Amino acid sequence: MATSTTKALTGDEPPRPTPRTGGESTARRRGALWHRLDIKGAPYAFVAPFFIVFAAFSFYPLIYTSWISLHDVELATLDVMEWVAFDNYVELWGDSRFWNALQNTITIGVISTVPQLMMALGMAHLLNYRMRASLFFRVASLVPYATSVAAAALVFTMIFERDFGMINWALGSVGIDPVDWEADKWPAQVAISTIVIWRWTGYNALLYLAAMQAIPADRYEAASLDGASRWQQFIHVTVPGIRSTIVFTIVLSTIGATQLFGEPLIFGQGPNGVTGGADNQYQTLGLLLYEEGWKNYQMGRSATVAWAMFMLLVLVFVVQRVVKRLRSRTS
Amino acid sequence: MTTQSLPARTDAPARTPAVKAGGRGGRRLLRQRAGRQHHAGPLAYVLLAIMAILSIFPLYWTMVAASTDNTRVSQTPPPFLPGPNLFSNLARAWDEAAMGKAMINSLIVAGVIALSTVLFATLAGFAFAKLRFKGRNALLMLVIGTMMVPPQLAVVPLFMMMADLGWSQQLPAVIFPTLVSAVGVFFMRQYLTEALPDELVEAGRVDGAHSLRIFWSIVLPIARPAMAVLFMITFVHAWNDFFWPFVVLDMTNPTVPVALTQLSAGYVRDQSLIMAGALLGTLPLLAMFVVFGRQIVSGIMAGAVKG
Repeated sequence: MATSTTKALTGDEPPRPTPRTGGESTARRRGALWHRLDIKGAPYAFVAPFFIVFAAFSFYPLIYTSWISLHDVELATLDVMEWVAFDNYVELWGDSRFWNALQNTITIGVISTVPQLMMALGMAHLLNYRMRASLFFRVASLVPYATSVAAAALVFTMIFERDFGMINWALGSVGIDPVDWEADKWPAQVAISTIVIWRWTGYNALLYLAAMQAIPADRYEAASLDGASRWQQFIHVTVPGIRSTIVFTIVLSTIGATQLFGEPLIFGQGPNGVTGGADNQYQTLGLLLYEEGWKNYQMGRSATVAWAMFMLLVLVFVVQRVVKRLRSRTS
Repeated sequence: MTTQSLPARTDAPARTPAVKAGGRGGRRLLRQRAGRQHHAGPLAYVLLAIMAILSIFPLYWTMVAASTDNTRVSQTPPPFLPGPNLFSNLARAWDEAAMGKAMINSLIVAGVIALSTVLFATLAGFAFAKLRFKGRNALLMLVIGTMMVPPQLAVVPLFMMMADLGWSQQLPAVIFPTLVSAVGVFFMRQYLTEALPDELVEAGRVDGAHSLRIFWSIVLPIARPAMAVLFMITFVHAWNDFFWPFVVLDMTNPTVPVALTQLSAGYVRDQSLIMAGALLGTLPLLAMFVVFGRQIVSGIMAGAVKG
């Protein structure tokens, strides 16, 4: 393999500068200089595109968000920025819609993330068995991941429809009264969480499955020699063995949950979409950000909401760190 | 229990590996297979079948609803078997609901983003995996750190920037911010660290090849399976990306998810038309999953192990 590749290399192009009469030493020196530059510089050139694009379209806007949040800016006149210091933050703090959106983001986040990751864990455990058609089951579990938020939300909006939706029909057939999945707060939040759970459980299950397959077999052997049941093995070998992947999925899901936007927007259908229902019963921070900026034309306030979302994320991770610290200290 | 599980473990490595694109060595493969100790019992099959049905049913029902008509969809019990109108509804969605234009736009957007992500991720992944340079670890940590920054935070300035550039409602506004991906860089780095032997790079150097030439002639052929997987995963993400395209594009020039929101926003809701649009927008990705499901699954799992 190695020889064939190098042969192909030398065949394509004579790599060493061919000796020439007269200017040989300068040519060689230039070659050496070129080589040094290549060794030193090429790695930076290779990683540069990533950092340039990230700096231009993510990092700079991120910093600029905080600057905008200190101004009044209208959507129609984006170049007119009026300095208002922390007014936007003060107003946001006193705005009941903000606290409502914050609360909805947290509750929908919990309702969608906790069952999702628990189910993914169970699913990964099942997929980890030796079995027939394992590829089919894995691909099937990824089908929701291939469906866009928009398509998934549209389908689930119909399945949860009040008058002719499948869920209410099924509930009715066992004698349960129809639920208004859109207008009532908790049913709406459950329905929206269902979309999130449906789309991401299989994906997370595959991440867990990959981690489970990397657990060395001798740990299971040792556990079963100790007389551990399968359930005990799952709790004491499998779960600790994939802990870092579990943390990773929690981080990803938390980031996703703070940004929840498409599901509640489309579930709310058109005119009510951005407000998250007639009474803002499922308006998330993502929706509030969009409503302030692109419906109320207040870009400064929109940026303030964005910054509040960021602070929420930071807060969540600080709390998680502290809890972890305390736990490791007590145990 | 021990006697049950032991034979399973010993014959496990003999089976041909389903994961090819992961590029693992034989020893690693053996270790991985070893974790899977028990044969699935009937209960496991039943539970897995239920999960498969739950995963697939909403899409099946999308197809059912898209193949009937609006009055049938709005009756109880809901239809469970396909009707006769699938192709006429798909044709209507293509023409009336701007889905045709949206599909072409999404194909361009997702195609360009996936190509550039793969190229830049392979370049950076190669540098992080096999080249020595000052600040390598710090830069790699920075790449990983950028994964934690949610894109929504940057949306207001980004919108202003696109207005300045004259890109509002234009496809470049969607393409440029996502030309690279930290996940992609990390994924290629993990892959190349294991799949690309140091000796090959050294041999190339001894032959006097410069770095770009080594990349072209040695790294690319070895990275190809991982690049294919990264291309597909990025394509899926770009095709389905919602928030930013929804903000910056409008209905005259939408991507598929943006066009779908408009389908549901009309005052007279034609349910089977909506479902036809949703189905149409999902079909290309479903086709990809049917053909390349194995590679996509192995790619997601390969990216996860150390994720």
